[in-house]
Amino acid sequence: MIEAKNINFYYGSFHALKNISMQIKANTVTAFIGPSGCGKSTFLRLFNRMNDLIEHTRLEGICSVNGRNIYDKSVNVDELRKKVGMVFQKPNPFPKSIFENVAYGLRVNHIGDKKYIAQRVEESLKSAALWDEVKDKLHQSAFQLSGGQQQRLCIARTLAIEPSVILMDEPASALDPISTSKIEELIHELKSKYTIVIVTHNMQQAARVSDTTGFFMLGELIEYSDTKKMFLNPEKEQTQNYITGKFG
Amino acid sequence: MNKKISEFVAFSIFRLFGIIVVGILCSILGFIIYNGIKVINWEFLTTFPKEGMTSGGIFPAIVGTCYLIIGSMLFAFPLGVMSAIYTNEYGGQSWIVRLIRMMTNNLASIPSIVFGLFGMALFVNKLKFGDSILAGSLTLGLLALPLIIRTTEEALKAVPDAYRSGSLALGATKLQTIFRVVLPAALPNIFTGLILSIGRVSGETAPILFTVAAYFLPKLPSGIFDQAMTLPYHLYVLATSGTDLEASRPMAYGTAFVLIVIVLIMNLIASFLRRRLERK
Repeated sequence: MIEAKNINFYYGSFHALKNISMQIKANTVTAFIGPSGCGKSTFLRLFNRMNDLIEHTRLEGICSVNGRNIYDKSVNVDELRKKVGMVFQKPNPFPKSIFENVAYGLRVNHIGDKKYIAQRVEESLKSAALWDEVKDKLHQSAFQLSGGQQQRLCIARTLAIEPSVILMDEPASALDPISTSKIEELIHELKSKYTIVIVTHNMQQAARVSDTTGFFMLGELIEYSDTKKMFLNPEKEQTQNYITGKFG
Repeated sequence: MNKKISEFVAFSIFRLFGIIVVGILCSILGFIIYNGIKVINWEFLTTFPKEGMTSGGIFPAIVGTCYLIIGSMLFAFPLGVMSAIYTNEYGGQSWIVRLIRMMTNNLASIPSIVFGLFGMALFVNKLKFGDSILAGSLTLGLLALPLIIRTTEEALKAVPDAYRSGSLALGATKLQTIFRVVLPAALPNIFTGLILSIGRVSGETAPILFTVAAYFLPKLPSGIFDQAMTLPYHLYVLATSGTDLEASRPMAYGTAFVLIVIVLIMNLIASFLRRRLERK
């Protein structure tokens, strides 16, 4: 379970997130929607502390995963990122073989048992619905896969280290419709084992894959509720305007 | 119509200048090859100079240049790569990074004779290495340092940030990210920089003049505190201060030929390595 309490976030003097509180239940899919620059990606990146990589940022408020404040001084960021995995907007496989891409997270964890690594690689590729397509070319470069396959490889890579939460930052925005639907099916399947938070520009996608949806605008969380309710009967007028396409 | 003519004239002028540049390069190479290739044979490459450098070979100079290449790169390559890793991966925009960059640029614009003088003052005299391969290698290494730092920085910058964030997001530490993802991806370009600096170092005369180069040695150097003969300095000697300049002139061209061939081979290896590693 993820909990954010009174989050304020600043890029330099720019107030990017304004007093946001949210609870995300375990083993659900939560979608963040909203116009560009509304802060949804920034909010997502708080949960694995990717914002730490950006200079001159400041955070106020409490952000906890599985009951633990992840911004506490005692938290080891590398350990946190093993628990909270991330899939990026553009598929970003490493310039290594398919096998080594998936094994990477295990290797940096000092796991040397070859049998175990091979087994985890297979399991992860199967969970990411990629195994059948790549099982005969595991040792070829990941770059020769199609964009959609690369993105599923990146998901497999994340699954290999057995996180409890997977953050997805517009994971299908660079993909064609068929690859997109494969990713969406995958999200459905992964829900039973993982808590998934997905940022998307595509409202149909949010409606299709998520249980809960948060609508962001100008750094504020305007509405946060059950996806069905949000799309059928939104409480706020801004939400209504956004999902009916009056602006975007 | 008028426009077309002016386009054509401009195009012709640009092409003409392009051809002139190629022509100059080819005539230099042709001149050296034409004059130098006559003396190139197995004996020239594998024996010592004889009879006041009017016959025999340039073997000790080839060996000396190889030692200096190895010595200078052993010193400059790790130092340059590590400082580039610092400035590009760790430093951010801090004042110390800006200082390192500024100093690197300044270092690159110092005339090579000044490096020679500095090398003599520090390594030869102050640290008492004497005229030696060690002192010469360190001096040449200093000269190559800015080039290595800059090419390595460019190589690291060319590695997409998505690799870094992808690795960090999998729980890898920064050090693991650098060694397992960033450096392997940057390696082809880092190698290119290494080999370009070898080309640069092997041809330099001024920095070794006061730090290592010997007019003539009857034996090969036996350790890092020995002096050595080198190709560029040997060329200088043959052209200006042999016992019989007319007789040693062909030897000078032969030496220039060997030096150019070494540099060309280095550049070829660089582009070959780069292409191979990039394909992987």
